[in-house]
Amino acid sequence: MKRKQILATVAMLAAGAGLAACSDGGGGGGGSDASNCTNTITKKDLPAVTMWGWYPNMQLVVDNFNKLNDEVQVCWTNVGQGGDEYDKFQTAISAGTGAPDVIMIEADRIPTFQIQGALVDIKQYGFDAVKANYSEGAWKDVSVGDAVYGVPVDGGPMGMIYRKDIFDKYKITPPKTWAEYEQAAQKVKDAGGPLFGDLGANVPAVMMALQIQKGATPFAFDPAQPNSIGVKLNDQASKDVLDYWGGLVKKGLVGTQNQFTPEYISGVINGNYATYISAAWAPGYLTGAGVGKGQDTGKFAVAPLPQWDPANPVQVNWGGSAFSVTKQSKKPELAAKAAYGLYADKESLTDGWTNQIIFPLNLTALKDPAFIDLKVAFFDGQQANKEVYVPAADAYKGVQYAPFGQYYLDAMEKQVSEVIKGSITGSQAADRIQEDVAKYAKEQGFTVQ
Amino acid sequence: MTVLTEQREPRTQPETRKIRGKVHLREHLMGWFFVGPFGIVFLAFLIAPLGYALYLSLFQKKLIGGTSFVLFDNYVKAFTDPSFLSGAWFVIRFSLVSIPVQIALALAMALILDAVTTLFARFSRLMIFLPYAIPTVIGAVMWGFLYSKGFGPLTDIFGLFGTTAPDFLGSNLIFYGLLNVVTWQWAGYYMIILYSALQGIDPTLYEAARMDGAGRWQIATRIKIPLIAPALILILVFSLIGTLQFFNEPQILRYLAAGTIGTDFTPNMYAYQQAFGLANFNYGSAISFALGGVVFICVYAFLFFTRKRRSFL
Repeated sequence: MKRKQILATVAMLAAGAGLAACSDGGGGGGGSDASNCTNTITKKDLPAVTMWGWYPNMQLVVDNFNKLNDEVQVCWTNVGQGGDEYDKFQTAISAGTGAPDVIMIEADRIPTFQIQGALVDIKQYGFDAVKANYSEGAWKDVSVGDAVYGVPVDGGPMGMIYRKDIFDKYKITPPKTWAEYEQAAQKVKDAGGPLFGDLGANVPAVMMALQIQKGATPFAFDPAQPNSIGVKLNDQASKDVLDYWGGLVKKGLVGTQNQFTPEYISGVINGNYATYISAAWAPGYLTGAGVGKGQDTGKFAVAPLPQWDPANPVQVNWGGSAFSVTKQSKKPELAAKAAYGLYADKESLTDGWTNQIIFPLNLTALKDPAFIDLKVAFFDGQQANKEVYVPAADAYKGVQYAPFGQYYLDAMEKQVSEVIKGSITGSQAADRIQEDVAKYAKEQGFTVQ
Repeated sequence: MTVLTEQREPRTQPETRKIRGKVHLREHLMGWFFVGPFGIVFLAFLIAPLGYALYLSLFQKKLIGGTSFVLFDNYVKAFTDPSFLSGAWFVIRFSLVSIPVQIALALAMALILDAVTTLFARFSRLMIFLPYAIPTVIGAVMWGFLYSKGFGPLTDIFGLFGTTAPDFLGSNLIFYGLLNVVTWQWAGYYMIILYSALQGIDPTLYEAARMDGAGRWQIATRIKIPLIAPALILILVFSLIGTLQFFNEPQILRYLAAGTIGTDFTPNMYAYQQAFGLANFNYGSAISFALGGVVFICVYAFLFFTRKRRSFL
């Protein structure tokens, strides 16, 4: 339990001290040291900026950038995906040293780091030249107020992935509304079919997106008044969506398996779930996890996300990242150049979307007919971008994320778990989340409205 | 060392102060020389970080308003924080169940292996110890997969009898799921400690007991167990401290059973989440010290109730 860990920690600290002693002579240290890159920099006379990121094709993206650029070179390290990287960045912020110049961050985390003063407003460094390359919604997701804290790379417009074989067998068509979704689920269940979907407690970001779809505005934040924040997590829309999913669980229409687990993936392959409410990057992720390669080849298709009010459809987003410049960077201007240029050249973008690693937000790719008309192999040749994801991305309006997003998502996860257990209703969960997060916001010194 | 020095200086033989002083100084320096390497590591890697964590725990850092000195506010918050209290209550409950189970198993195995001296016994000893040699992370991942409903063997085995397998990763049974992992991993280790303590007992005692007409069972309960009581208490204290600081297994199984295991499942996980997930190093440090307090109280209470047999502290 803890003893071995303590020993390991002591050993690690000792080794770390040794390493630190060695690198003292080398100048710099931690993330700001450009002498220890995963990629090879050929233009050695140019200044270099350090960068952390975890896109699967990062090596290629960095090489492309360095090849095309004659002002600055990027020195890239992968320090972990998502939470692992944020933990390291957070530690570097607290320590005041060790952060890289440029960092890949998911859009919903930007306010968390911005409020700590860890990111640079890059509007002053050539924003106008690239402004037209991205949609307004894409910029809104990486902005706090008027200031821009990142360059968007990819997004996650949401859709409903479904199993054609199951839909055919039970003679159902893709539901257009959430009411139809429930009816279809009931129909499949009555006929002895599999679960219709899944409510995973560990994907609170999906629940947040679905609440926003119904009109919830969880956070209102004006950077001109950084001391006050609007927290509205138990309004009627939020409660309705939680109640809706709680109801589906109670009726046994959807599963409660945590997602991104081997357990869930094996269920997807086995056809235990008729639908998977997910984002545009899901095919790439699922393919990587081994879905759609064996008995389930060519059985998947995608339809637009069901709506609450089909007359006024609302599109939402899950995931997607950006490149930000850190406050600890000693070369913010060069770093901003790298942030603007990385993953923005055609070759990198094409590699990204053909391999379904990213759903690009750069309009040169988003408007590229080859991208729009792509027949996605995972969906058995369906033109998924044209039919579902591009319209969803175009209609996406952007969201104001919270400066304490991690706490909010943790609170959501905790209460969704309770809903899954059946110990509370969705409405009660919403009230508890509100109480919990508002209390935290007050503790952190905000005036909560 | 002082004892040795006194013995080496017979009072009847007078010595000049000068020589005595020199010898003292040299021995003094030698002592520091031997203790030095340990002392430096001890100060740098234990005392200094502890001191720093204590220092951190007396401050509060807010997103708005920055850092301020709050004295014991963080501790007041910790001991009224339902997340910390429920986590602490969980590890205490877990200790109360898991430690007796592990020790009883370890003791039974050690006594059997001590009494049986076949080749098979030596092989069993190795096999029982083996789980301890497997890193806790690997062990937890392995059990996670064994428990899995989707592709673990449990589903198939229970399917043969037409029933559904228990979900050890579900919220109802996670306690027993973890209990099993921990027992599997640690019982063998405790067994080895007890076994070596048994090996250290003078065999003539058994002879004497047999002469007095004691059977095997009586030898085990009246001679062996009382004689290894110090070792028993030692491993009890070890396992108590380890279990109260429960971290690895739930943290790993979290990824397979998220939703069942929250970020505040045990106090250590909560401290980790506060410090590294939410950037609240101050409160994280306070929770660590609060947990340290809980551990101290539990261990002190335990030693107090077993004070007659205590001989290792």
